Amino acid sequence: MLETGKPLVLENARIIDPATNMDEAGSLIMAGGKIIAAGREALNQGAPEGAKVVNCNGAVVAPGLIDIGVNVGEPGAEHRETLESASQAAAAGGVTTIVTGPDCDPVIDDPALVDFILRRARDTAIVNVLPMAALTKGLKGEEMSEIGLLQEAGAVAFTNATHPVTNSQVLLRLLTYARDFDALVVHQAKDKDLAGSGVMNSGLRATWLGLGGIPKEAEFMAIERDMRLVAMANGKYHARIISCPQSAKAIRTAKEEGLNVTAGISINHLTMNENDIGPYRTFHKMSPPLRTEDDRRAMVEALADGTIDIIMSDHNPQDVETKRHPFAEAEDGALGLETMLGAGMRLVHSGDISIMKLLASMTCNPAKRLGLEAGRLARGAPADIIVFDPERPWIVEKDKIRSRSKNTPFEDETLTGRVLTTIVSGRILYEIDA
Amino acid sequence: MTAQTSHRAPIFPHRHLLGIEALQPQDILHLLDLADEAVEVSRQVEKQKAVLRGRTQINLFFEASTRTQSSFELAGKRLGADVMNMQVSASSVKKGETLIDTAATLNAMRPDLLVVRHHAAGAVHLLARKVGCSVVNAGDGAHEHPTQALLDALTIRRHKGNIGGLTVAICGDIRHSRVARSNIILLSKLGARVRVIAPSTLLPSGIHNMGVEVFTNMREGLKGCDIVMMLRLQRERMSGAFVPSVREYFKYHGLDAEKLSYANEGALVMHPGPMNRGVEIAAEIADGPQSLIREQVEMGVAIRMAVLEALANNLPDN
Repeated sequence: MLETGKPLVLENARIIDPATNMDEAGSLIMAGGKIIAAGREALNQGAPEGAKVVNCNGAVVAPGLIDIGVNVGEPGAEHRETLESASQAAAAGGVTTIVTGPDCDPVIDDPALVDFILRRARDTAIVNVLPMAALTKGLKGEEMSEIGLLQEAGAVAFTNATHPVTNSQVLLRLLTYARDFDALVVHQAKDKDLAGSGVMNSGLRATWLGLGGIPKEAEFMAIERDMRLVAMANGKYHARIISCPQSAKAIRTAKEEGLNVTAGISINHLTMNENDIGPYRTFHKMSPPLRTEDDRRAMVEALADGTIDIIMSDHNPQDVETKRHPFAEAEDGALGLETMLGAGMRLVHSGDISIMKLLASMTCNPAKRLGLEAGRLARGAPADIIVFDPERPWIVEKDKIRSRSKNTPFEDETLTGRVLTTIVSGRILYEIDA
Repeated sequence: MTAQTSHRAPIFPHRHLLGIEALQPQDILHLLDLADEAVEVSRQVEKQKAVLRGRTQINLFFEASTRTQSSFELAGKRLGADVMNMQVSASSVKKGETLIDTAATLNAMRPDLLVVRHHAAGAVHLLARKVGCSVVNAGDGAHEHPTQALLDALTIRRHKGNIGGLTVAICGDIRHSRVARSNIILLSKLGARVRVIAPSTLLPSGIHNMGVEVFTNMREGLKGCDIVMMLRLQRERMSGAFVPSVREYFKYHGLDAEKLSYANEGALVMHPGPMNRGVEIAAEIADGPQSLIREQVEMGVAIRMAVLEALANNLPDN
């Protein structure tokens, strides 16, 4: 699927490479599926023979986004999303690598299933697909999965998805065992007992709505525990999503201690708060829940100061079967692949985050954490590129969503900043006006 | 412990054998020398020596064991002792008080030698303080198994001539293994370079301060080794608690021809038994030309004869 086309030159562009802090006028030259030159230095090089030359008219050219939080319905819920449809959505959103979660049916906890994902992706997906495998068998949080064999099969990291590993001994052993393979443990920290049957952030808002609340303590107590376990095991840990300043503080402290820890957040928790739930909008029901505006602002600051490393879409396709229910009974999750960059640009336009920081958290930071070649504009890196106009407004229209499911929390909202072209391995896969 | 009839020097100045820990290198060498003689005795048609004639040896096993118990039984019989086996099923024993009661009861039967295996670390030490006879530790929990380490040393010495200077890798479930602990102590005392190789989940805490080199990758750990000692992986530890599965364990930590090729040419392979073929060791290696596993069993009887003899020499009235 991803064969390389003829050489490609993007000229008259604003080249941004967060890996090197480059932001300059220039061009980008690609050939053989790899980057040849980027930025000002590319201006001095002539276009390779037979190259296709595209005038970007001053638009931003940056590494394609790497989204490490993508749930796909395949296998098991293909009516909600397939690898093919997810990859179409990804291309439209500027995501050139999707890292899939293991919470499928069956759970991706066997090397043969990792192999299945990779084959299906090769045959059907238009962007790069890298699977994460289950951290524990069946995501039950009891027995460790075959981290070595799964890694050899192609799993890039190990996670229990949204199901926390509550048993500290089990998580300690997993972190310890994973270390032998230099494998990354991605964990959604949550004290299940404390979260109880809550369905949204605990507090006044939940009380007025008459919904059960999930206190922030259910998250940050578990993050604090996890940091102690990482220290004991000398493990390699990524907090999947943190959503409150106390969690950020625990991560910050752990980093200061020199622990091998990074933190992630979903675009939802950076751009929305619990008030967006409004009159029981189930598309805003998420795990962890949307928090208060103060929490959201604190998380934006944690992104700005480097405590949070990675932004992901937490793309989670759900259909009417799972969402058209009373709030408490609806499934968690929202779409995100197509809107992650546009929504993230809100933080740039509001002056909270630099465009460099935003792009770093979606490109070179996840790449570095997973040990990927992509996510930067270095010579020889994969030619996975986006061209986008940071000022172009667009409305998120349900009918135009490429995902099979339509549960976007940004429906009918205006986002400013849109992907114009998406390139994977030097091949143009998506053009907005094509 | 006054009259020493042994003509050997140095003498063996211990009333009990509770662990390798308390032994000096010369004590260990003394036992190995005695065992070399015992091997000769055992290979004769007339496999009898009279050093324990009239003595009573009780094998008190709180944990099931076929090979260690029969090895001690045979050793005692070859030395002329009256040997009695007592199997105490673990479930019927309430710890602490009952152990002391058992000790008092046995002590009243006036045994000379008591061979004890117990599932709890330190239980044999406790017993030794409560009885008047010599006590041999036949394995206590994850603490020590001194006769296994001694028989391993005997086997190695008979092949390599010396133990000092050899590089020995102990591989597998170090964390739960009394064999590993006794071997680490013994081999270090005799000047071998000891390595341990295991997944990190099967390494005990503090292992980096035990004077051994620690590896989690078997190929790296086996490079330059003269002796490869495999340990048994208990079934309940194979399915997700410490390692994810048998197939993953075998792939990364099972000894097969490919991994063994990283060790020195002609490296010798050992296993305390009972083996799990296809878990920690490939059948072709276990039964192959580099394997000393069957010979270890023969040396087991010899070393136990040596231990019983050394202790008997120190018994009162002797």
